[in-house]
Amino acid sequence: MNFPILSTLIFLPLISSFFILLSKDKTSNISSIYISLFSSIATFFLSLFLWYSLDLNVSEFQFVEEKSWVNNFIKFKLGIDGISILFIVLTTLITPICIISCVNSVKVRVKEFLIAILILETFMIGVFCSLDLVIFYLFFEAGLIPMFLIIGVWGGPRRVYSAFKFFLFTLLGSVLMLVAIIVIYWLTGTTDITQIYEIKIPKDYQNILWLAFFSSFAVKMPMWPVHTWLPDAHVEAPTAGSVILAAILLKMAGYGFLRFSIPMFPIASEYFTPLIYTLSIIAIIYTSLVALMQDDMKKLIAYSSVAHMGYVTLGIFTLTKQGIEGSIYQMLSHGLISAALFLCVGVVYDRLHSRMISTYGGLVNYIPKYSFLFLIFALAALGLPGTSGFLGEFLVLTGTFKKSYLAAMLATFGVVLGAAYMLWLTKRVIFGVTNNSEIKKMDDVNKSEIVMLITLAFLILFFGFYPLPLMETFSVSVNSLITNYETALISN
Amino acid sequence: MFPEVFLSLSIFSILMIGVFIKKSFNLIFNLSSLIIIVTISIILTSPNNMEKIFLDSFVRDSFSNYFKVLILVSSLFVLNSSKNFILDNKLDKFEYPIIILLSILGMFFMVSANDLILFYLGLELQSLSLYILASIDRDNLRSTESGIKYFVLSALSSGLLLYGCSLLYGFTSTTNFELIANQLNKENTGAVFAMVFILVGLAFKVSAVPFHMWTPDVYEGAPTSITSYFAVVPKVAGLALLIKFMFVPFSNILLEWQLIIIFISIASMILGAVAAMVQLNFKRLLAYSSIGHIGYALAGVATGEISGYQSAIIYISIYVIMNIGAFSCLYLLKKDGQYKENISDLSGISKKHPMLAISLLIILFSLAGIPPLGGFFAKFYVFVAVLEKEMYTLAIIGLLTTVMSAFYYLKIIKTIYFDDSLITFEPTKNRTAQVSVFASCTILITFFLYPSVLNNIVNTLFNN
Repeated sequence: MNFPILSTLIFLPLISSFFILLSKDKTSNISSIYISLFSSIATFFLSLFLWYSLDLNVSEFQFVEEKSWVNNFIKFKLGIDGISILFIVLTTLITPICIISCVNSVKVRVKEFLIAILILETFMIGVFCSLDLVIFYLFFEAGLIPMFLIIGVWGGPRRVYSAFKFFLFTLLGSVLMLVAIIVIYWLTGTTDITQIYEIKIPKDYQNILWLAFFSSFAVKMPMWPVHTWLPDAHVEAPTAGSVILAAILLKMAGYGFLRFSIPMFPIASEYFTPLIYTLSIIAIIYTSLVALMQDDMKKLIAYSSVAHMGYVTLGIFTLTKQGIEGSIYQMLSHGLISAALFLCVGVVYDRLHSRMISTYGGLVNYIPKYSFLFLIFALAALGLPGTSGFLGEFLVLTGTFKKSYLAAMLATFGVVLGAAYMLWLTKRVIFGVTNNSEIKKMDDVNKSEIVMLITLAFLILFFGFYPLPLMETFSVSVNSLITNYETALISN
Repeated sequence: MFPEVFLSLSIFSILMIGVFIKKSFNLIFNLSSLIIIVTISIILTSPNNMEKIFLDSFVRDSFSNYFKVLILVSSLFVLNSSKNFILDNKLDKFEYPIIILLSILGMFFMVSANDLILFYLGLELQSLSLYILASIDRDNLRSTESGIKYFVLSALSSGLLLYGCSLLYGFTSTTNFELIANQLNKENTGAVFAMVFILVGLAFKVSAVPFHMWTPDVYEGAPTSITSYFAVVPKVAGLALLIKFMFVPFSNILLEWQLIIIFISIASMILGAVAAMVQLNFKRLLAYSSIGHIGYALAGVATGEISGYQSAIIYISIYVIMNIGAFSCLYLLKKDGQYKENISDLSGISKKHPMLAISLLIILFSLAGIPPLGGFFAKFYVFVAVLEKEMYTLAIIGLLTTVMSAFYYLKIIKTIYFDDSLITFEPTKNRTAQVSVFASCTILITFFLYPSVLNNIVNTLFNN
């Protein structure tokens, strides 16, 4: 395999953003939209092709590309395995949906918005492909620039505060990771993670390095108590920004735990498990309670994201097959569900320009198609069996029961709270009494909206009933992850 | 020392042209650019071996050549991008480019010096030229004030420097750098004393905390064309001299000066980050940001290792590229014949001047050190060198101040992109400034494609 397929995948959106820059749209932005849509769909099919041609029976990295980058120091190394391919496909799936959504919701500076989204896609795919710590850091941090602009330029009234908070929180977490990366380089003489896996980092350094990585991932995840940037960023970001943030950017941290924290620092991962359990349980219960009390729909979904991410961290650090597989499944399904919910909020926001729950009520009588889809997503978010949301939570809880009864009991209690806030939200928005006369004049979902929502609804239901394609993809990689982790612990 | 001879002879000849031909600014300006280009080609074509002349007081090696080229290239960009500004503000006296060339000559002697006396002469030639440059707009109160301020403080630091030099001579009975290095050791307390004085003088020249007081006032008061020169070229020469001092004469008393440099570095990084947050004037903000940036470069020097010096050289090179871009943007902010320099004047320019806005965006994110732009690599190499020596405190403080300084860069970006549009600037005819901005942004964006381009050059500088 000499063709650099991963580099093509990463840089295709970037290159097409140049074409958008050159396109000469004056009044309408049709050609920019078509270019970006075409390129993002091409990227999607390229990633599907990758998934199809990936050998699922080996745990080694495939499609590896290696180029000398900084002499004798860093190699530009890319490669994917069963875990990363799914996140890549998720990224390339969500991006065209965002581009379609911005046709309705973004009114000013459409061209710049599309460029920002495509550049962001490049960086996100890069994060999931990189096999070198410095390259990973580069892509991980670079994503801040377009996201900062997306929130700040196209956001709501408090956009400046939110954009700054988002940027500075994430940057503060990440610089410690940079220190850790350089220290790892001086300890092992390389930043190539496949080599670091084999070299094994000395035991004395593991805890402190783990914490440095943790500071970055915990902010990005986000875990309690550094989650406060997320509700602000979500509320103020435009719809497409919220979708990308919830569906993909948050998954980078979970992916980071799987790819870096556990394989590189197994002893520290074992050591810090109680910390992660505590923070995750607090996140699940506390943020679910907070979500219950929100009167802003976007804020409610944002807090529910924090709670759902709590299951992810809990599952990852059970370090059992069920737990880790459940976390990956939960991340993927949350990527679809939260994207769909934010799109749903975007749909009504474009019509009435309000995110407040009290504005709405009784939508089912006037816009039935929308209400039906909203109901599917709400039920998926609370983990109803038959939707993809169920399986992730179920596996995570199974894994947790193996390790700690208390954590599992509390997490299960969180599931009940999750059902409470989602059902209550549905009750107040979709059903109930219509007090607002403007609702009666609302149009139901239009064609482009229905395309996006139906796609997501189909995937959520499909993977709810038939999880095998996803499970098969990451199963071998997860097995080897756990085997390596256990051998590292035994040899210690 | 062919480039120096050529440079001084040409300075004298264009001085004659200026004296005898009336209204010769344009001619002399173009001739100066030509002289700079010719000097660059002389240096690039000269043999690469080390050569010492004049009783070993003057050394020509790849280290000094690199800095000379950097000084010349950056002066060329600074000079040409500011031409329209000079004409608009009626600064078009024929002495202007000549004094700049004289200061370049002074810096040449600074970076090539291998002897205390030659080094001091070069430094003073450079400083005298800079005093005049700072007050070149002599009818303007601010410019005159900044010239006087710079002169008084700089004279003080030169005095300290000279005092240190004489102490050093007294204790080692030689002025040659290499002989000093052989004589110095920890027991030689007087020489350590001298080292502190010399360090103070040099810290003043690169405007490191706590000897930075002149920087904001001079940056704000002097005309922008001079400020951009101040922000770029003398910093390069100053840092080169500092590295040279640490590498040659003081190499045996590493532990003594290391602590001082660490302190200066941390103080500069923190002050640069904190003080810039409240600035309203773009030039003043860049002054504080330059103080912070010098702090990072000094962090590389503080390691006392060749890899650290190399990272500091890479840092200053990328810093030069970013600052040339930032100042060239200032030349494009013209409205009713006035050049705007307040941050609030940038409000909402992204709507009417998208290309200028995106250039500023790239430059500012690069100054903040966000990957994948050039500024990130500058910081990255410095921290790699710092962590190699296990100086964790320095590295962590450095990275935390990066986050703090990101705040004020973001504030400017916020003004450009998130705020409402207030001013429409005149469509500019300043092509050279646009070329500088474009070149700077292109280098910063594409740097990640081949980030070891500077490493390859810098790695050869310490071979001899």
